[in-house]
Amino acid sequence: MNAMSPVLRVSGLAKSFVMHAQGGLELPVLRDETLDVAPGECLALVGPSGAGKSTLLRSLYGNYRPQKGSIRIRHRDDWVELVNAEPRLTIDVRRHTMGFVSQFLRVIPRVATVDVVAEPMLRLGASPEDARRCAEFLLAVLGIPERLWTLPPATFSGGEQQRVNIARSLIADYPVLLLDEPTASLDVANRNGVIDLIRDRRDAGAAIVGIFHDIAVRDALATRLHAVEPPNAPARVPL
Amino acid sequence: MTPLLSAKSVTKRFGGRVACRDISFDLWPGEVLGIVGESGSGKTTLLNCLAGRLQPDDGSVVYETASAGTIDVHRLSEARRRLLARTEWGFVNQDAREGLRMGVSAGANIGERLMAIGARHYGDIRQAASDWMGRVELDLDRIDDRPTTYSGGMRQRLQIARNLVSNPRLVFMDEPTGGLDVSVQARLLDLLRGLVDRFHLSAVLVTHDLGVARLLTHRLMVMQGGQVVEAGLTDQVLDDPQHAYTQMLVASILPV
Repeated sequence: MNAMSPVLRVSGLAKSFVMHAQGGLELPVLRDETLDVAPGECLALVGPSGAGKSTLLRSLYGNYRPQKGSIRIRHRDDWVELVNAEPRLTIDVRRHTMGFVSQFLRVIPRVATVDVVAEPMLRLGASPEDARRCAEFLLAVLGIPERLWTLPPATFSGGEQQRVNIARSLIADYPVLLLDEPTASLDVANRNGVIDLIRDRRDAGAAIVGIFHDIAVRDALATRLHAVEPPNAPARVPL
Repeated sequence: MTPLLSAKSVTKRFGGRVACRDISFDLWPGEVLGIVGESGSGKTTLLNCLAGRLQPDDGSVVYETASAGTIDVHRLSEARRRLLARTEWGFVNQDAREGLRMGVSAGANIGERLMAIGARHYGDIRQAASDWMGRVELDLDRIDDRPTTYSGGMRQRLQIARNLVSNPRLVFMDEPTGGLDVSVQARLLDLLRGLVDRFHLSAVLVTHDLGVARLLTHRLMVMQGGQVVEAGLTDQVLDDPQHAYTQMLVASILPV
């Protein structure tokens, strides 16, 4: 495929939340989002707090369900539509094509850190030895001490859990990566390690969409900015 | 690819009351489907209709067998349905006493299903029983003890071993972690999650616990008053609930 042609195309995306406990109050968040991302690009979503950056990112991952518009992604040499997709299609896209790095690790009780990280690669059919080796490599690069690898991450610090989360999200080499504040709660040394890893992925041809509040991180990674405009506030929001 | 299990407009009434109304869905190989909703919403009735334990008043349940093509679960003879239930299917009850034979040893509970499908070599059966005791983290020293001497969590793990020993393709689970202490629950959940992954099981899981659903299922159906009010990927339904009832359920989770 031509390196310049997009692998993710979003058009006319609209998302609002209807709160039934507040008498069906409708909160519009995304009105009409349109964007394209090509391999090797890192699109940074910018806009004030509450503008809907996270809502947009979660909609791209299929975690939130937009009411209108289209999210098309190159998946297994084909274009597929993710808005109103069958669950099994979304699951397959997440397994093979699109990774998501959130700020929080959803901890699985009792599973060793190295196995938490290796899991996405195992699911793609890698041998347990290869998956384990890659997991150990990523954990080492991200500065997780070796003595912690066999422990479950439940008791780790916030920064350690976040780095485990990043390792888990990067191990499968997804062609499309979504990043929600990947360096929040990391110190400078670890932040730089994460920047290097993500930049390598970008330069190797991953298409990335991210939210980076830290300007230094954004400058290091973003190739383009995409402004997310705050929706017009509803007349009155009951609290 | 064809669905493993297809429910078409399944409706079940008890007297004048409709327990589940017009429920349709496809379960694909490798999927774990959760059915959530509060007590009395019709979850267990639906599960029993799917597993052929209850005859629906309307609609059908079609299952794709391993080698004999598709069958209508409710048109099978009782003998064939029972055979299916102990070869290609498993059923994990909330109350392990209903799924186990309390009067025989743990080893015999696991081995029984193998014998029912033709295993006759005592050494092999014993070996399979020991292997499964290990997989569900039961102490091998307890293999000759009866489940009456087991704790609730141990019984539930034994019930799971008994169900999985025959290598089923589809497992029905009715509140498998209900009534267990939280720490015992976590261990069981983790075990189930590992087994589902390792043996590529498909499953239909009934639970009222959204945390259990989040950890184990790919997809959810939310039931209220006998109807499915919302369905989708598990994280969609829990993170972006659309229906008033689902929003209420999600908002009712107690933060820890």
